[in-house]
Amino acid sequence: MSKFDISKLPKGPKGFMHDWGSDQRAFKGVPWGKSMMWIFLLSDTFIFSCFLISLMTARASTVVPWPYASEVFGLTVFGTSVPLLLIAIMTFVLITSSGTMAIAVKYGYEKNRKLCGWFLVATALGGLTFVGMQAFEWSKLIFHDGVRPWGNPFGAEQFGAFFFMVTGFHGTHVSIGVIFLFIFARKVFRGDFETGRRGYFTSMKSDYEAIEILGLYWHFVDLVWVFIFAFFYLW
Amino acid sequence: MTDEYTDNKIETKAADSSSGSYVPPAETIPAQEAPDQELYHAKSFWTKWVFCQDAKVIGIQYALTATAIGFIGLILSWGMRLQLGFPETFSFLGPATYYQSVTMHGMIMVIYLLTALFLGGFGNYLIPLMVGARDMVFPYVNMVSYWMFLVAVLVLIASFFVPGGPTGAGWTLYPPQAILPGTPGSEMGIVLMLVSLSLFVIGFTMGGLNYVITILQSRTRGMTLMRMPLTIWGIFTATVLALLAFPALFVACIMMTLDNLLGTSFFMPEIFTMGEKLEYGGGSPILFQHLFWFFGHPEVYIVALPAFGIVSDLISVHARKNVFGYRMMVWAIVIIGALSFIVWAHHMYVSGMNPWFGFFFATTTLIIAVPTAIKVYNWVLTLWRGNIHLTIPMLFSLGFIVTFVNGGITGLFLGNVIIDVPLSDTYFVVAHFHMVMGIAPLMVVFGAIYHWYPLITGRHLNQTLGKIHFWITFVGAYAIYFPMHYLGFIGVPRRYFEMYDSPYMTSGVGLNQFITVAALIVGFTQILFLYNIFTSWYKGEKSERNPWKANSLEWHTPDYPPTHGNFGKELPVVYRWPYDFSVPGSDKEYIPQDVPPSQVPTAKAEQT
Repeated sequence: MSKFDISKLPKGPKGFMHDWGSDQRAFKGVPWGKSMMWIFLLSDTFIFSCFLISLMTARASTVVPWPYASEVFGLTVFGTSVPLLLIAIMTFVLITSSGTMAIAVKYGYEKNRKLCGWFLVATALGGLTFVGMQAFEWSKLIFHDGVRPWGNPFGAEQFGAFFFMVTGFHGTHVSIGVIFLFIFARKVFRGDFETGRRGYFTSMKSDYEAIEILGLYWHFVDLVWVFIFAFFYLW
Repeated sequence: MTDEYTDNKIETKAADSSSGSYVPPAETIPAQEAPDQELYHAKSFWTKWVFCQDAKVIGIQYALTATAIGFIGLILSWGMRLQLGFPETFSFLGPATYYQSVTMHGMIMVIYLLTALFLGGFGNYLIPLMVGARDMVFPYVNMVSYWMFLVAVLVLIASFFVPGGPTGAGWTLYPPQAILPGTPGSEMGIVLMLVSLSLFVIGFTMGGLNYVITILQSRTRGMTLMRMPLTIWGIFTATVLALLAFPALFVACIMMTLDNLLGTSFFMPEIFTMGEKLEYGGGSPILFQHLFWFFGHPEVYIVALPAFGIVSDLISVHARKNVFGYRMMVWAIVIIGALSFIVWAHHMYVSGMNPWFGFFFATTTLIIAVPTAIKVYNWVLTLWRGNIHLTIPMLFSLGFIVTFVNGGITGLFLGNVIIDVPLSDTYFVVAHFHMVMGIAPLMVVFGAIYHWYPLITGRHLNQTLGKIHFWITFVGAYAIYFPMHYLGFIGVPRRYFEMYDSPYMTSGVGLNQFITVAALIVGFTQILFLYNIFTSWYKGEKSERNPWKANSLEWHTPDYPPTHGNFGKELPVVYRWPYDFSVPGSDKEYIPQDVPPSQVPTAKAEQT
């Protein structure tokens, strides 16, 4: 017997259990690294959920009015105030970088070294732009509008606290992702996955699966941003 | 297909109906799905023993670190007991030191000892061996996990030496109490505690991902999920719980650190202190309690489930009988794990929440008693008509069952809102959780150490010292905690530095002195145990291979004790579950997991 024979499974939930509990691997054909990234992302989802649920609790229970996001995050361009302009651009950049990441993964599986590398660089630059704009947003709020973690002129003081904590935690995720994107772009350009060059720390070989795993992380970070966007800026 | 398999209709039927997983036809060896794992081969002393990537060494590093910090926790409890038993005599221990001892004792024992020992220690050592893997799937990450844990422990210890000392807010770290002046350690101690916890969570996540993926994706040929030893099921489910529960603690720690350092008000309501209104306002300490207990309750099962799993294996091996209702045991573990996420607010009945909310959480809490009771019945039925060897692991396992039932029954008291409210914050609660998640899991830890010590060192622990250790610990634990139930009933509040002349103490004084003496004796016996561990390492009686005649893979490695890579040239193939003891029809008393059916043709074993 060489392959797992799916036709021999019993029908219904019992078959599901047989399948799931079967020999050697629960997720057939899924490499270790990929399954580990999925479980890690599940754990990370719980972290962000706790942040966002705490935000909702604070918002629902505050006795001081919650600041009006559209006004706080508006930008004045050519004399007209446009609500959420910067955030819209940031979101657009981040989602676009998800697209370039997906293309990088595709070229990785085609073993197209050059294009894979360039699309990784493009993704990293998108991430950098995002973090840069976030830095601009933070400095505008801090130095121009006087928003502080412990208070702000617009309303409930938890607003600033949650804003800096949640976007800061997400920004840290993006920054870590950017660092790894650059590291792996270098690996791809150098041809590590073809030559079997070993990692500096782990001294293990790697291949283009690593790009897909990195892609999973990057898409997750983007997805989380969508929720932060919805709960913080739109709600 | 072999003859005996097709001829025996009953056996074939048993294989189809009772197995929990896809069963490959007997004698056929499934192909290895993934290429053999490439291992890092250490070249120097440092990479071999210190920055080691071998899960077995990492497990021992975890266990030793956890034990070391656990002994600090034990010594802290002596200070507390001396103060409670003889309040005037030991006045060197002021109220501040007392509260710091209470806090650090609780946190150290629950997180840095029990969680780290069960998952980091036993998990690392046993998972690759028991599922038939060469190592954890990511040995490097696994190594970093241990060093993160060590840093977390060092930061925790550092908090003893900063101005103001460690935090004294109680292990539940109620924010307004933990942060504001008046509570010992509100200067630096609480910050270091929160940083240490965050580091622990990060380190644990690295290890936990390894444990989960090794079990799910790196089992050897023939090792279906339903052929895994229950030890692995317990550790697996506990790790999943930890990966989903620790995020809440992590978030709570970050928010509280910001409250403390930046002056945010996540958890801080408007507060007056010394007649002055503080800057804080608008936050919710109840939110902290929800986050903390969303972690805190699964944490109970993070400690208990590995204990459940390990004790099932110990009982089966030392009673020479298969585990009664293996699949039921697995499902009970999984169901307990799932339920543990919807019971957390039973720790908050007196926090002023809506009574209907309490009703919901009381219901879910009491439902947990069902799978738990199934487990207890199955342990007892495993023992029933078994060939019970009263070895030390068996003694500790029996001690565990009794203690766990005791602690579980008081849990039913506390799970009901109306009974919990008067008992809240009394010594009844202290007695309950020490019985159920202190003594009971520790019994399993001890039993497991006596059981697997020969595997790790090739030598037995001293049996006489072991028996002394068991009897004093077991009887002593009851001497300590039984009277505490009574103290709770008469209303003695917990966490009080001294009772002075309160009416509680007419009957409580003598009891408190008795408890203190018992606690000191039990405590010193643990030093005897430590002495036993260290001397037996060199001088212990040499153990033959597989001394307990167990079936699971860790005892059947080519080298004994197992070496780096665990299984020599080729990974073993598994043909059966690990509980084929005293199989009817077989001339062998036990059939190890890697014995093919053709070698035991007469055995009427269920092919699970």
